[in-house]
Amino acid sequence: MNKHQDYWKENIFLIIKCLSIWFISSYGFSIILVDHLNVIRLGGYKLGFWFAQQGSIYTFVVLIFYYAHKMGIIDRKYRIND
Amino acid sequence: MDLQTLTFLIVGITFAVYIGIAFWARASSTDEFYVAGGDIHPVANGMATAADWMSAASFISMAGLIAFFGYGGSVFLMGWTGGYVLLALLLAPYLRKHGSFTVPGFISDRYYSKTARVVAVACLIIASVTYVIGQMKGIGVAFSRFLEVDYDQGLMIGMVIVFIYAVMGGMKGITYTQIAQYVIMIIAYTIPAIFISFMLTGNPIPQIGLGGTMEDGTFLLDKLDQIMGELGFKEYTTNKRLSLLNMFFYTLSLMIGTAGLPHVIMRFFTVPSVKAARSSAGWALVFIAVLYTTAPAVAAMARLNLVATIDQPGKENNLAYADRPSWFRNWEKTGLLKFEDKNNDGLIQYTGRGDNEMVKVDRDIMVLANPEIANLPNWVIALVAAGGLAAALSTAAGLLLAISSSISRDLLKGVFRPDISEKEELLASRIAMAVSIIVAGYFGFNPPDFAAGTVALAFGLAASSIFPALMMGIFSSTMNKEGAISGMLAGIGVTLLYVFQHKGIMFIQSTSYLGGMEPNWFFGIEPNAFGAIGAIVNFGVAYLVSKRYADIPLGVKDMITRIRQP
Repeated sequence: MNKHQDYWKENIFLIIKCLSIWFISSYGFSIILVDHLNVIRLGGYKLGFWFAQQGSIYTFVVLIFYYAHKMGIIDRKYRIND
Repeated sequence: MDLQTLTFLIVGITFAVYIGIAFWARASSTDEFYVAGGDIHPVANGMATAADWMSAASFISMAGLIAFFGYGGSVFLMGWTGGYVLLALLLAPYLRKHGSFTVPGFISDRYYSKTARVVAVACLIIASVTYVIGQMKGIGVAFSRFLEVDYDQGLMIGMVIVFIYAVMGGMKGITYTQIAQYVIMIIAYTIPAIFISFMLTGNPIPQIGLGGTMEDGTFLLDKLDQIMGELGFKEYTTNKRLSLLNMFFYTLSLMIGTAGLPHVIMRFFTVPSVKAARSSAGWALVFIAVLYTTAPAVAAMARLNLVATIDQPGKENNLAYADRPSWFRNWEKTGLLKFEDKNNDGLIQYTGRGDNEMVKVDRDIMVLANPEIANLPNWVIALVAAGGLAAALSTAAGLLLAISSSISRDLLKGVFRPDISEKEELLASRIAMAVSIIVAGYFGFNPPDFAAGTVALAFGLAASSIFPALMMGIFSSTMNKEGAISGMLAGIGVTLLYVFQHKGIMFIQSTSYLGGMEPNWFFGIEPNAFGAIGAIVNFGVAYLVSKRYADIPLGVKDMITRIRQP
């Protein structure tokens, strides 16, 4: 039973980590802080605008594969001990 | 060959391909009809999910809305992609592990209650039908333009075709058909974007071209901001959608709605394993991101080309009405583009001020008109038409399948008539499809918003009802049926009240009540964004109510432990 609880705890920790990045890139950089980031430029893009219309989407894609990859490792770790 | 013949030809060929595939893989038994036997590869499943997902709202409507909202349109871009993160992390693996066929199936098992199932089905049907209304608007726009009839006639023809299309195939047909549709859609969307990006900035990659420079050395976005300013429109790159708070909730509503809509979640029941459920969501988002990162470029460049054509900055005079190009004339026929010569000078003034003479520019025409405005070759214009129709039809079919399976499987077989035969079940699901099309088509004649806006309402309804129930079902081991049921009812109830108060009961404008209230009176949040508030109400009510009732049965506790295990 403990093993399952540990597995679940690791999973929850990973979810919280990923969702923090998810929140910062979309709600943080693209909405709440947009005016501050817009001072900085990325080529022809204002940085806040870039996050809102490009950057956050790339972040989401990377996040899902990162989570799937990490969960694969955690899965293996706990299956070996079973 | 003239444009209309070419359009018929390309649309005809692509549809022959879809229908051919649907026949080739036609569903025979009911299990296959719903989930195609559960043996689809994550990449293939991701691509089909992407086709299913990218509807008329994404393809036809979204870039048009961004073109007019500017920065404010980002809510659609982030909202409709960020939801996949929630789906992959919070829902898909666990629902796959549980192994239920449908969303209400999970809810009824987890909350050990037929009432919960019926409430979930009702919420799903309300959200899905609203979604189909949005698709109908897109279908109406596309058909009216390419058959050169007015919008209402285009919609009627579209309804018939959707019906034939959806009734013919099950999920198996649809999965393979949708892979073909994805390919057509993405080609149709990116080719004009590449052309236009190259023409304006010299860079063929739209994502980079949007941040690039134009012939005169200024950045494209700066140029757009400057022209918008001169014409009295709001600055493109900083124009907020009402307020940052509204944008926050709008994005949140779309994200959690994404993770609560049945036709997307259902896709994750068809992958072979829990592991595959996680990566399927990733692949789906990769294929979606191709379109979603191109859309902002399409939007900004379409807006630039539109004002450049009409207002002709740098030249002495605006475009004369008599010299208007053929795309202008064609869209006038649909009634979706209107000009009124207020000062009788024969020239077209298009501004953000009171002297604006473009009295109607329906946002939903922008993507379809874009290649024509940019003077691209006819085959590109025809291809965009084929892509737009594929987008609208594939999503409409996926949704109709979700609606019909909710009714035949969850309501009839699950609750009211457990002894129903396979044949009767199939018949019931087809009748449900037909009724949904008629209802959605009826509302499509007077849609509550542009296609993407209507779809946003549907997401709000799913966000406020289904997502919290699913999430609490997985992550709380104490949430009981009383809590979940009252949460769903409160969430969708509050959202519907706010939406109907603004848009009229059943979206009939004359019946909007509390007319004395200011629009968007709740902290300046618009109805399309209210699903996030509904979801918060859902969580709150569920928590409070669950405290007052008994703990959940042991068997259900075991089930929760089981779905959380690797």
